[in-house]
Parts: sequence; structure tokens; C-alpha cells
Amino acid sequence: MSMENLLDQPFVHWMSSGAQDGDIVLASRIRLARNLEGIPFPQRANGEQLSQVVSQLKSSLCDLNNNEQSDYMFVDLEKLPLLERLVLVEKHIISPDHAREASNRAILVKQDTTVSIMVNEEDHLRIQCLMPGLNLVKAFTSANQVDDIIENKHALAFNEELGYLTSCPTNLGTGLRASVMVHLPALVLTGQINRIVNAVIQLGLTVRGLYGEGTEAVGNIFQISNQLTLGFTEQEIIDNLYSVVKQVVDHERTARGGLYADTTDMLVDRVWRAYGTLKYARSISGQEALALLSDVRMGYELGIINEGSGCNFNELMVITRPNFLQKMSDCSELSGNERKKLRAQIIREKLANN
Amino acid sequence: MLCDECKSRTACMHIIKIVNNQKTEKNLCAECAKAAGEISLSFDTQSYVHDFLKGIFNHGLFVDPQMLRGQESCSECGMTYTDFNRKGKVGCSACYTVFGGQFEPLLKRIHGSSSHTGKIPKRNGGTLKIKQQIKKIRQQLEQYVINEEYEKAVLLRDEIKNLEKEIGLSGKGE
Repeated sequence: MSMENLLDQPFVHWMSSGAQDGDIVLASRIRLARNLEGIPFPQRANGEQLSQVVSQLKSSLCDLNNNEQSDYMFVDLEKLPLLERLVLVEKHIISPDHAREASNRAILVKQDTTVSIMVNEEDHLRIQCLMPGLNLVKAFTSANQVDDIIENKHALAFNEELGYLTSCPTNLGTGLRASVMVHLPALVLTGQINRIVNAVIQLGLTVRGLYGEGTEAVGNIFQISNQLTLGFTEQEIIDNLYSVVKQVVDHERTARGGLYADTTDMLVDRVWRAYGTLKYARSISGQEALALLSDVRMGYELGIINEGSGCNFNELMVITRPNFLQKMSDCSELSGNERKKLRAQIIREKLANN
Repeated sequence: MLCDECKSRTACMHIIKIVNNQKTEKNLCAECAKAAGEISLSFDTQSYVHDFLKGIFNHGLFVDPQMLRGQESCSECGMTYTDFNRKGKVGCSACYTVFGGQFEPLLKRIHGSSSHTGKIPKRNGGTLKIKQQIKKIRQQLEQYVINEEYEKAVLLRDEIKNLEKEIGLSGKGE
């Protein structure tokens, strides 16, 4: 995938359908925080030190290509306009923090977009692997391989007691943050979500909105991730998250089934109304689109609706984000109303063609 | 309704302030309210975890007075403990050694009293891998002793001895 494709094509690998528990789990992500030894962490490093990190990492590009037998692309964030950086955030390739500050920041992205390495985000290296559905083990294996390849060439900051040293003490130890993006409309509709979130938190995990820290859960999409990184092995962290997510998935499935059995008419009506609005609306806000897409996605998974089944709802959720819309339009700067019109138009086209 | 301050944007909040029993009321737009520091709307600009972390240091019950002075600085990156308090981020890997004692209660609060048991880098992991191996074997050995399986326990004891010798040797070699 070329840089143009990465920015223009709405579809990236994590949106693929048919993955394990894909009816509820959108994607699984593994992130490893690493720092090079002997250079201050990005917050404290000067421009020269930061560019040193970038060039050192650039030199690992060949190793990655040889070992992984795939092409990695080096992207200098400084050369990308803010809008394009924000598109990468909406596609979950980089974090909001990484998009905000661009000087001496870079990313290495694997051809199939499953792996991206953020250079000079909060830590020198953030190795990230994103897979469709509930796929934590595969995602970890990939990220771990990349970590091995990089470690072959560069000494990483490590301490016997504290493990991998990171800029924020909350990431010490394994530097591993495993997270899973889940779609939980039935738990929200049946009012069980707070109970579930509380239970998940008590098991040492955190629950957040769609785009990570400090964002709200739009479209009933939640991110569940591990909180502790020190004192557990990578295996233990992933196992714990996996078993909790499995339970959340079971609860959501039960709630969907119960909702469908108890309030069939109401649910069928709700799903078709959502579909109708998406299919015919001439102007729609991002919030409304996500809420309606959430209903239709659930209706599709429950077999209530078959029209538009060729549509990839994960993809639609990204296409209708503000920055991606701006990128797709020819207009220099879309006004709020123009954006709403364009969003409605794109959704109509997608639904008409499938 | 227009904002009382800029008189151009639409006001989106009504602010009532009571200072010394004097009540003032204002209608402001988001920008003016933010500029006047009336309300924090910056939920997304700073992650709340870090805000929370920063707060954690100042609300401990037992604070070492030396910690508050924060004069000592890291020889590698120049970070002082005050800097860390303000930002909630560590400057470089050496800071963890320099401020080791000061970080300890904080790390305990975040992670519990634990040490790293996960992946070890080949390059600079030192002898940790073997030490962890010894720890695991020792636990198994204790189990064998409890079960009175002494023959198995003896084998493990020898294995531990060998591993310890290995660390001793590799320690001299470095």
C-alpha cells in the first residue's frame, strides 16, 4: 500500500470481516513501548537527539523488510499536513498525540497496515499491531517479532527490576498495552453497560471510548485494555484480557438475543428506521451517523436486515469521520453543513451499491 | 444569545460566580470562557491519566520533605523531581536510578509491589533470564519437598547450583 493509498483508501486491514468474534469485536491491538538506551525520552530530548532516534530507526527499515518479508514504508510526519495526520488517527494507524506534534516524528508502516511503529511519540518507539476481530495472540506475535528485529540492532532501555523503561511510569515493565475494540449496543440498550464496565475495571482492566484516552464511547464502541504492565508476563496480561473480553462478548450476545426475543417489533423497527435514515438522509452529523450505523450493524448481525450486507460497517465508521471526509472532498475547507451533506452522500452511495 | 465578552459568537454557557457574597452572572461562548479560565474544556488535550498521576504525588499522607524540595537533578537529562511532579513523565532511563527511592512509593501505588517478570531483551537483559529461571525452579523444588519427592528435589537443587555457577561465571566475564 502506497502512502496515497494509506491516506485515500478508507479500508485498512483491521476492518476485514469474518474474523473471530467479529460480530462484536471490531479489532485487537497490541502496543509495545520501547526506548533506545542513552538518549533522553522524547519529552526531554532536544531536536538533535530526536532526529538521531529517527535516523537510527530508519536504519532498521532494511532489517524489517528482510525479516518480515514485507515492505515497510517510512513516513516523515513533518512532511504530512495536519489533516493527513488526523486521517491516520481516524484509521487507528497513529495516536492523537502523535498527530499533534510532527517535528522529528515519524512512522514505519507495514505494507498491509497491520503493524505501525510510531517514532518519538511519548516513547522513542511505540510498536503497534492491529488485527481484525479478537486476535490478540497473533497481534502480539507480530509486534514481538518486530521488537526482536529492532532489538537486534539497537540497545533498549531496560532495568532488571523495572523491565523496559518508559517515559510514563504507568507503562513500565512489559511496556505492553493490549486492547480490544468492542461494539456493545445491546448492553447499552438494556442498561447493563455500567455494571459490566465496573466489573471489567475490578478485574484490572480499563474501558475507554473509540479513540483512546479521554474520548467518549460514540457508536457504542468501547476499548477494553490492560491497566497494569509491571509484575505480569506478556502472556498473563493477554490471557487476562482475552478471558474478560470473551465474557463481555458472551454478555453482549445474550443481551442481543434477549432484546430480540422480548422486543422483536421494537428492535426490528429501530434497525430499519436507522437504515432508512442512513439510506435517504441528505445531511447527517458524525454523532448521528455513528449511532445509526451502530443500530444497523447490530441488526445485520442479528439477521434482521440483509440490505446493504455487502457494506463494511467498520469502514463506514471511519469514512464518516470529519478528517477523512475533508480529505475526500475537493473543497479546501468544508463547513459544518457541507461536511454533513458529504457524509450523507457517501453513506447513501455505499448503501446503494451493496 | 451572544457572548457577553466578544459579543460575536453565540454564548453556550451561563456562569454564576459568588465571590464574597457578591453574585455575578455572565453568558460566555466556549472560546471566551476558556480564555478567561472560567472553565476547563480541554478534556482531550491532556490525557487524564497523566493529570491524575501528577496529582498523586501531592496527596500522599507520608511525604518525604526532601522529595518536595526537588533540588536533585538527573545527570543525564537534567530532570528534577519537581519537573517530574509537574509533567508526570520521566526524563530518561537514568532518572529511574537517580530518583529510584522517590519513585518507589509511586510505583507501588500504580503497580503494587512487583518486579518485572516479562520479556527480557537479549542484548542488555544481563543475567535476569537465568535469575528468573532459578526463581521458578526454586518454587517447583519447594513443592517437591512438601510432597516429599526428595529424589526430584535433589535434581532441581543441582540444576539451581549449575545455573548459579553460570551467573557467577558470566558475571566475571563481563
